Amino acid sequence: MRLRLIPDETNIDFFKHARLTFGASVVAMVLSLGIWFAMGLNFGIDFLGGTTIRTESTEPVDVGAYRAALEALDLGDVSITEVFDPTFGPDENVAMIRIQAQDGEESVTPETITAVQDALRTVYPAMQFPSVESVGPKVSGELIQTAILAVLASLAAILVYIWLRFEWQFSVGAVAALVHDIVLTIGLFSLLQIRFDLATIAALLTIVGYSINDTVVIFDRLRENLIKYKTRGLQDVMNLSANETLSRTLMTSGTTLLALLALMVLGGDVIRGFVFAIFWGVIVGTYSSIFVAKNIVLMIGVKRDWSKPDQKSGTQFSNIDA
Amino acid sequence: MLQIPLWNRLMIIVVVLAGLSLAMPNLFYDRVERHNDAVAAIEATGASTDALEADRALWPDFLPSTLVNLGLDLRGGAHLLAEVQVTDVYEARMDSLWPDVRDALRDARDQVGTIRRQDAPPGELHVRISEPAGIAAAVAAVRELATPVVGLTGIAAPTLDVRGENDVVIVTLSEAERQATDDRTMQQSVEIVRRRVDEAGTREPTIQRQGSDRILIQVPGIGSAQELKDLIGTTARLTFHPVVRRTTDPEARVDAREILLPSLDEPGAYYVLEQTPVVTGDDLVDSQPAFDQQTGQPAVTFRFNPSGARDFGDYTAANIGAPFAIVLDEEVISAPVIRSAITGGSGQITGNFTVAESTELSVLLRAGALPAEMVFLEERTIGPELGADSIQAGEIAALVAFAAVLVFMVMSYGLFGVFASVALILNVGLIFGVLSLIGATLTLPGIAGIVLTIGMAVDANVLVFERIREELKTAKGPARAIELGYSRALSAIVDANLTTFIIAVILFVLGSGPVRGFSVTLGIGIITSVFTAIYVTRLIIVTWFDRARPKTIEV
Repeated sequence: MRLRLIPDETNIDFFKHARLTFGASVVAMVLSLGIWFAMGLNFGIDFLGGTTIRTESTEPVDVGAYRAALEALDLGDVSITEVFDPTFGPDENVAMIRIQAQDGEESVTPETITAVQDALRTVYPAMQFPSVESVGPKVSGELIQTAILAVLASLAAILVYIWLRFEWQFSVGAVAALVHDIVLTIGLFSLLQIRFDLATIAALLTIVGYSINDTVVIFDRLRENLIKYKTRGLQDVMNLSANETLSRTLMTSGTTLLALLALMVLGGDVIRGFVFAIFWGVIVGTYSSIFVAKNIVLMIGVKRDWSKPDQKSGTQFSNIDA
Repeated sequence: MLQIPLWNRLMIIVVVLAGLSLAMPNLFYDRVERHNDAVAAIEATGASTDALEADRALWPDFLPSTLVNLGLDLRGGAHLLAEVQVTDVYEARMDSLWPDVRDALRDARDQVGTIRRQDAPPGELHVRISEPAGIAAAVAAVRELATPVVGLTGIAAPTLDVRGENDVVIVTLSEAERQATDDRTMQQSVEIVRRRVDEAGTREPTIQRQGSDRILIQVPGIGSAQELKDLIGTTARLTFHPVVRRTTDPEARVDAREILLPSLDEPGAYYVLEQTPVVTGDDLVDSQPAFDQQTGQPAVTFRFNPSGARDFGDYTAANIGAPFAIVLDEEVISAPVIRSAITGGSGQITGNFTVAESTELSVLLRAGALPAEMVFLEERTIGPELGADSIQAGEIAALVAFAAVLVFMVMSYGLFGVFASVALILNVGLIFGVLSLIGATLTLPGIAGIVLTIGMAVDANVLVFERIREELKTAKGPARAIELGYSRALSAIVDANLTTFIIAVILFVLGSGPVRGFSVTLGIGIITSVFTAIYVTRLIIVTWFDRARPKTIEV
């Protein structure tokens, strides 16, 4: 007996609740933007500058005691978070300490790091520091610029590629779906205050890559069916295409989510944020391929008969002579 | 119908085998690494020991021994991004230009009168002349000193910009010369950093110039970024200056062309020195750690090249009885009195060194001084245990992901799912083969990229299988359905993967470090998964179909 995620023949009308699904996407985007502006993002040192120190001790993490120990150093904004992970042993107690960029220093001075480590060792003398990372404000500013550039460049590249391979209506629909995915992911990161750093940008771009993959498969089928069924309505053909590719869409999302789930649970805390972003992105990416990209194309409309030149454009002046 | 030409089959098999054999050494990472290290050590020294031979024997020489490099986040180590203060060099250039300018203006004395160097902003040389009427002549005389430099435009431009303001001649480096100087400074800095890191004898350091004034330094296996900074961050600029006087006042007023520097050993002691050094560390040819013969204290010996030896000899001969200061990085190490002319070109520095310090100082002096100071913009230390934990976690996650996807595929597609699973295993092997072949670096996000690829790699197969299912419905017979499935799914596969590949390229170009590692595995994963889906699974399916000749197939 085969595993079937969906019946072999589906005939779901994806536009039946178009107002609801598309509306939900619009509302979610507005909410995400609102949360983003209201709560801001929990930027990591990559974008903010500053220092993170990872501590590891056999004794349980005592955030209050750590904070008290560091208070005397007058380091400005210090955040301390305990890290939980199923892969840790019973006597592995890990915390991340983040210190803001110090005034007038490009990266943290060795004296500051030593002072912080000494102060923490007054709490637990045997404390270990498996990683220390420090980014100066100059570099972090540039990293933000590069990150924004990377996201914009990939959107532009996809816009052009889809335009060349399909029609401009498709590329608008695809990019709208991508913007939807990015905004929702940023919104979730803002809502849950998950650390937002360079790896998150990489995750965003991966989401873009995955989502466009999904969208393109449906578009490809749509193009094929538009030529095949010249007389059927656009909405009808879109539904047909989505139904035909639905099994594949869910299979691929399923295997990818399965793999990501393993990585999220077992891959360690260092990349959990990164994997979580992609996991979420695959879900919204799949949703947007089915419920956003096509709707946009439907709204704009698409030229159906690709064998004849467009009657409307370019010929209106020559008609005068005739 | 379902024919694949023989040469085509052979090609596919050869590519797969080649990829797998390149990937295989990674299964025995430790052994192969020790083997490679031993081979490198034997080649470098030309000598072999039993221990090295034993390590070498861990892996047969005839097998491929290429390995995937592990990134810092997996191996542990230190990462630094340094910015070289290239403008420092302009100042030194102006200082060394001053004697020539002085001589040139002296030759034109009857027109410009007496001359005097004035304080100026860094990188500029200001000279006041007593006869303002002769400013044009003075400017012309100094311009004579400029030699043409070939700039970026390919047009020769003078090295110096000289202009007159009332009675002051202002000399700066020209734009073309600045660029040429910056370039030279960066090359020297990178070279000296490389020499110092090599002296420390660590494995596979990465030292790269980035942009116009930055150096990226990654050293696996080093304890902390601090150690690395101590090694490469020290300028190690050794200079010898005439001493004007000694003082205890840190705010002491000094005349123009004089500097006030603290003593290294005596707290509260300061020296007023002439700014222009007699000799600098640039003229050193060798330096070794040693012990002072009288006191038995650790010391550092040095030897000058002929021109340095001559300058030093001339100066000491002319100034017997006067003190001179040995200055290292703006601190006076010692200020002995010259007892006799030192003409041999060699000498010794004593201070309150420990043995370790004297060794380190001699290493730094030998490697040469950095031409300019470095400011560290970014530094990261990752402990080796954290890296090992990450590898372990990544391995387990990858295996579980792998198993889950295989089970899922077999449950969904039966026999065809088994074919896809075989292709998936080959795919991961090929990814490692390509990574080893191009010497790419595997990072923790890179492992995530592989796991993601495991999930996504089945996509191309799924596209084909789903298409075959559809074609079967229109009942054209299994062979025709398979053929149509492949040909009709192709455009979707190509479009879908090309767009993802574009993203991988953008990540590679704009990303750095771990992100770049991720983009490499993602990009390679896309190529290998398309290859395995279009060629390898197809070959398997066609071969199976030829043998079994089933009347009907179920996908």
